Amino acid sequence: MFGRLSFSAIPYENPVTIGAVAGAMVLGVVILALITYYRKWTYLWTEWLTSLDHKRIGVMYIILALIMLLRGFSDAIMMRSQQALAAGTSQGYLPPGHFDQVFSAHGSIMIIFMAMPFLVGLMNIAVPQQIGARDVAFPFMNSVSFWLTATGALLVMVSLGLGEFSKAGWSGYAPLTERQYSPGTGVDYWMWAFQIAGAGSLMSGINFLVTILKMRAPGMTLMRMPMFVWTTFVTNVLMIFAFPVLTVALALLALDRYLGMHFFTNELGGNMMMYVNLFWIWGHPEVYIVILPAFGIFSEVVATFSGKRLFGYTSLVYATVAIMVLSFSVWVHHFFTMGAGPNVNTFFGITTMMIAVPTGVKTFNWLFTMYRGRIRFTTPMYWTLAFIVTFVIGGMAGVLLSIPPADYVLHNSLFLIAHFHNMLIPGALFGFLAGYAYWFPKAVGFRLNETWGKRAFWAWVVGFYLAFVPLYVLGFMGMPRRMQHYANLAWQPYLVVAAMGAAVIMLGILFQMIQLFVSIRERDANRDLTGDPWDGHTLEWATSSPPAVYNFAKIPVVHDIDAFRDMKEKGVAYRQPDQYRDIEMPKNSAKGLFIGAFAFLFGFGLVWYIWWLAILGALGMLLTVIARGSDDDTDYIIPAAEVERIENQRYRQLSAAMDRRAEGQIAPEPLAQV
Amino acid sequence: MTTGALTIDSAHPHEFEHPDTVGNKTFGFWLYLMTDLVLFSAIFATFGVLNHSYAGGPMGKDLFDLPYTFGETLFLLFSSATCGLAVLAMHHERKGLVLLGLAVTFLLGLGFLSMEIHEFHQMILEGHGPDRSGFLSAFFTLVGTHGTHVTFGLIWMGVIMGQIVTRGLATSVQSRLMRLSMFWHFLDIVWIGIFTFVYLMGVM
Repeated sequence: MFGRLSFSAIPYENPVTIGAVAGAMVLGVVILALITYYRKWTYLWTEWLTSLDHKRIGVMYIILALIMLLRGFSDAIMMRSQQALAAGTSQGYLPPGHFDQVFSAHGSIMIIFMAMPFLVGLMNIAVPQQIGARDVAFPFMNSVSFWLTATGALLVMVSLGLGEFSKAGWSGYAPLTERQYSPGTGVDYWMWAFQIAGAGSLMSGINFLVTILKMRAPGMTLMRMPMFVWTTFVTNVLMIFAFPVLTVALALLALDRYLGMHFFTNELGGNMMMYVNLFWIWGHPEVYIVILPAFGIFSEVVATFSGKRLFGYTSLVYATVAIMVLSFSVWVHHFFTMGAGPNVNTFFGITTMMIAVPTGVKTFNWLFTMYRGRIRFTTPMYWTLAFIVTFVIGGMAGVLLSIPPADYVLHNSLFLIAHFHNMLIPGALFGFLAGYAYWFPKAVGFRLNETWGKRAFWAWVVGFYLAFVPLYVLGFMGMPRRMQHYANLAWQPYLVVAAMGAAVIMLGILFQMIQLFVSIRERDANRDLTGDPWDGHTLEWATSSPPAVYNFAKIPVVHDIDAFRDMKEKGVAYRQPDQYRDIEMPKNSAKGLFIGAFAFLFGFGLVWYIWWLAILGALGMLLTVIARGSDDDTDYIIPAAEVERIENQRYRQLSAAMDRRAEGQIAPEPLAQV
Repeated sequence: MTTGALTIDSAHPHEFEHPDTVGNKTFGFWLYLMTDLVLFSAIFATFGVLNHSYAGGPMGKDLFDLPYTFGETLFLLFSSATCGLAVLAMHHERKGLVLLGLAVTFLLGLGFLSMEIHEFHQMILEGHGPDRSGFLSAFFTLVGTHGTHVTFGLIWMGVIMGQIVTRGLATSVQSRLMRLSMFWHFLDIVWIGIFTFVYLMGVM
């Protein structure tokens, strides 16, 4: 009836886990109670959970990402404190089995359930508005994507309290992940969480690709698209080419584990190297999937806050496309030491080095954009500056690792850990945090508090260097990654510094929570009444903040790369149209949420061998899809009169804000003095 | 819709802007087919790697019955042809012919699937199941993934036929039928690859 699920699945004996589970459950109950107390269930259901509005879905993605950031960071601080303690005779406080789950969960969560939802969330908020569209191409599929991602995250969270998570690392190398060596539920949780969230990401890729290629405003040629749209476009191409390979790698592993097949096993003709190849054919493009959108964000931020056009737009586009192509030709550098032979390693070493070229082009683009600009030092700009400096250091470490003989020495050491955190934290996370601060007023309607934003920034940056520079040194000293305990006492001082770095980063996260709290409290003082809080260049700043459900009452016509700046210069940015037309928008639908719920039953049933539950989940998903596919009544019309009412209100608010600006009550550029 | 909205509607006929949803869906479906092609490519590559990993078990030439598989292939190829005829009938608004074409396509697809299941069943009965060797794992997975796609295609076809019966050839139904036909032809192409690389070259 319940497969292998029983009460013994609850890890009573582990106080750390039980504490975390209890904490999460108490927090969950408090949130549910608050929603009930304030009678917000209907609001939550109609305005958020069932909404097909890309802006709402984007916000939900980012909330998911921030929650998972907390979870992933808790894992990080546990690893750092364990390694700071567990030297020589001390065993620290995490037993090996638990430590292995912690590092596996940290990597899995940060890539798939923090970075991915964060970037897809920012795409959702910004891209349709930047191209002058009213929604994405497939609003319902967008909702399905979100709920599948959330389902995957939920599976990871459930593994905390029921059973265990994978102990085989986020990359799950076979044959360690085979049933023979990992008989527990851990690998299954990891595998199905990835599989379900991966399906969501694949759908996002298709959705945004069609949106960008087919729904741009008139006049917006490909070479007039904002840089973030370009990087999103390239990211989506990577998603649709890379994610199916992950699907295959995990499906074959599942067949090995569930049906006793021999794809990656040691015996009867299995080939474990094939897993490593398949995984990294997805895994390396995945690195660019998370980094390229951040490059787009940095490009937008740098241009806006330097008050200039982006320097070398065309070269930036070509550099991005070059990275797209090259990213599929470097995967072997993740396993130079696995015996591919010198010729193969040389090829992949050279292609890896070549990626540094377009990346270097981009760095100069950003620097020259700032050159002779009137730079406003806002929080997003801070993140961008720290990114440029830090990312270049990490990139140089990467070029060093791309030399196969050097990689033989440094492979699997903390040098590698330092390198890829040095790429992904500034290259992805700093970008997302810059985008979060940059588009927050657009999505929510008021700006974030700058003081706390900068405090968080300094804590993050100082903490980052403290936490990861020692790891470079430790790599040279020969310390391997993923050690629960070590005998060499010479390593300990560096690990103590790294742990202190993690603590400083924790302050950064704390300051960001304070920032959010303070900003909500002071929202009336920081309201964005014009829709254009930063004197922006691109079309998303032409809508109100937060935008009407249809974004644009009248689809704008584009004449320039910096379309909105161009409109402002010509004095047509705020011209109210003479008449409005009816607008067709998608109705709410709960079916995306249902598909996510059934996917959870499906995944949970498979993890615990509860076959009837898995079949129920699969049938549920199929029938929901059929029901949606038989529904011809998915849109509604907003009548022109209603559009006019909403827009008149917006223009009243706009002219009041402009008057106050003219009278000097608010600064013309709100952040000129910061 | 309220009366107010109706009058506004008639005052500005066809004036509300909305994107070309059918075109977007068709294009999106092409992209989906590309992702599916990547998926099959990865499985083909896997089969290429494990092609000779017999582990002492049977080889392709011990297992495959080419005339049988050729019959299977004919079922699928003819089903593609009848599916094309159904779409042609759709363009001529001949509802009955569309249904007939789809029904024949469905039966041919079902015939293909039954033959495949029979083949799998026989092999497992003889002890040559997917857990016997790396080669057999790859064989069952590659052919089985295609078979799973055909199964979903059949379910989809059933749903579309139901929609044609109840709603006629509405634009939305026509657009779904177009995508189904793209899917069906795509599966045909994949099968040509499987027949060539798995069966023909396996027997060589």
